[in-house]
Amino acid sequence: MELIVNLVINGLATGMLIFLLAAGLTLIFGLMDVLNFAHGGLFVWGAYAGIFTYMYTESFLIGIIGALVAGAILGLLTEKFIITPVYGNHIQQILITLGLMLVLQEMIKVVFGPNGVSVKTPSYLAGSWEFGDVIIIKYRLFIIVVGFVIFGIFQYMLKRTKIGLIVRAGVQDKEMAQALGIHIKQVFLYVFMVGATLAALSGMLMAPYSGVIYAEMGMEYAILGFIVVVIGGMGSFSGSLLAAILVGLAGSFMAYYVPVLSLAVNMILMAIVLIFRPQGLFTIGKERST
Amino acid sequence: MMNTLLKLHDVHTHIGQYHILQGVNFEAMEGQVSVLLGRNGAGKTTTLKTIMGLTPASQGDVQFQMQSIKKSPTHKVAKLGIGYVPENQGIFSDLTVEENMKVAMRKEDTAAMERQQYVLELFPDLKKFWKKAGGHLSGGQKQMLSMARAFINDSQLILIDEPSKGLAPIVVEKVMEAIVEMKKQTSIVLVEQNFMMASRIGDTYTLIDDGKTVHSGNMKELIQNEELKRKYLGIG
Repeated sequence: MELIVNLVINGLATGMLIFLLAAGLTLIFGLMDVLNFAHGGLFVWGAYAGIFTYMYTESFLIGIIGALVAGAILGLLTEKFIITPVYGNHIQQILITLGLMLVLQEMIKVVFGPNGVSVKTPSYLAGSWEFGDVIIIKYRLFIIVVGFVIFGIFQYMLKRTKIGLIVRAGVQDKEMAQALGIHIKQVFLYVFMVGATLAALSGMLMAPYSGVIYAEMGMEYAILGFIVVVIGGMGSFSGSLLAAILVGLAGSFMAYYVPVLSLAVNMILMAIVLIFRPQGLFTIGKERST
Repeated sequence: MMNTLLKLHDVHTHIGQYHILQGVNFEAMEGQVSVLLGRNGAGKTTTLKTIMGLTPASQGDVQFQMQSIKKSPTHKVAKLGIGYVPENQGIFSDLTVEENMKVAMRKEDTAAMERQQYVLELFPDLKKFWKKAGGHLSGGQKQMLSMARAFINDSQLILIDEPSKGLAPIVVEKVMEAIVEMKKQTSIVLVEQNFMMASRIGDTYTLIDDGKTVHSGNMKELIQNEELKRKYLGIG
């Protein structure tokens, strides 16, 4: 039983980090119909900006704020200068955002150096609680709590506020939203910035979790993010949470019970979902205008 | 003397490589129902989309209240006071009826609430299904919601595209009554294939054929002009 609890906590923590990354991706795809392969670049820049701020100020909280600011600024610049010219063209989006991903990755090496940076968990989040044989690592619990809080905030915003209504309406029918007086391009920009900020937050929180940050980590985790978006359903926020938890738990259990399959389990999960439910676990009522 | 609310002068619109509108001239007067008529594919829906800025005009001019809106983005056109009820109704299917109304309401003030009350009296079904998702409404209910949504803001003009399409005769009757009622408070541009409906509620008509305006005038004159109806509408 203790083992199961430990594996569940590990899986949930990993799942929540992937959720934060995938949530931005799914919002950006769902509303803007943009395939953003540079999302991993925003993730890694969030990690570096946040961790260097943390190291400089010795405050983890200020580090998180640094990551959020970096994500928002990069999101703003990416949407304005990279995404805007390629709206509506998926091939161009893939090419240009993949290119941007590589640029962002290499820029990390230029700005912060080519070697990985080891990261310490802040003292108040380090260590663990032990309840019999159950060991709860504080930082993992912290990630799970942050993940659920972010999910709760976004669910509240999407379901209960006018801004959320506008975003949900825009996801379903952009033309109609505009015809009702909604400045959808501005909404796009804000959503992209929020998505980038979530990616940056995910990168920042991932850093103490994995203990080291390096330029290539963006690409590695972005693939997990895409898998989660496909499993959860393109554009579905709740779907991303469920899929991220599934991926996290599957990874955690497989790594313990069938280590040889631990790397393949995400792909297997995605393949199963694509075979039996190609639209993903959750779908949104997207109506394209003709 | 009635004022011209909307004026299209020699409007041309391209969609991709296709030259859809090739010289549309059209006027909508204040307080009237102005009907756009024509066969399938004549360019009526594109005309409405061009007014809204969804398929912007490549040539000519679109004026609303004497100001050119040809280059205005769609959201600004809407904010100027033009409501739009598209052919597919444009209901946000995952949003409830209440949420569909709320997302359309630009100012949640007393006047908007009074208008909401008014449309709920006009379309009592919407009140009944207030918490139901838009995607679960019948075709007629979706049409009513779409019209109610366009009316919720203080729009001076509402563009309605084929409101009778795919609806049962009894529902068409209700929609017609609603348009007549709405006309008391706003001006309407109506695209309609159902000539019987158009002729009953329209004040003026504009005939579009192959993307061009071919005739316009008073609806009463068209009702009596068998040749025009036969030639451009295939009736009579």
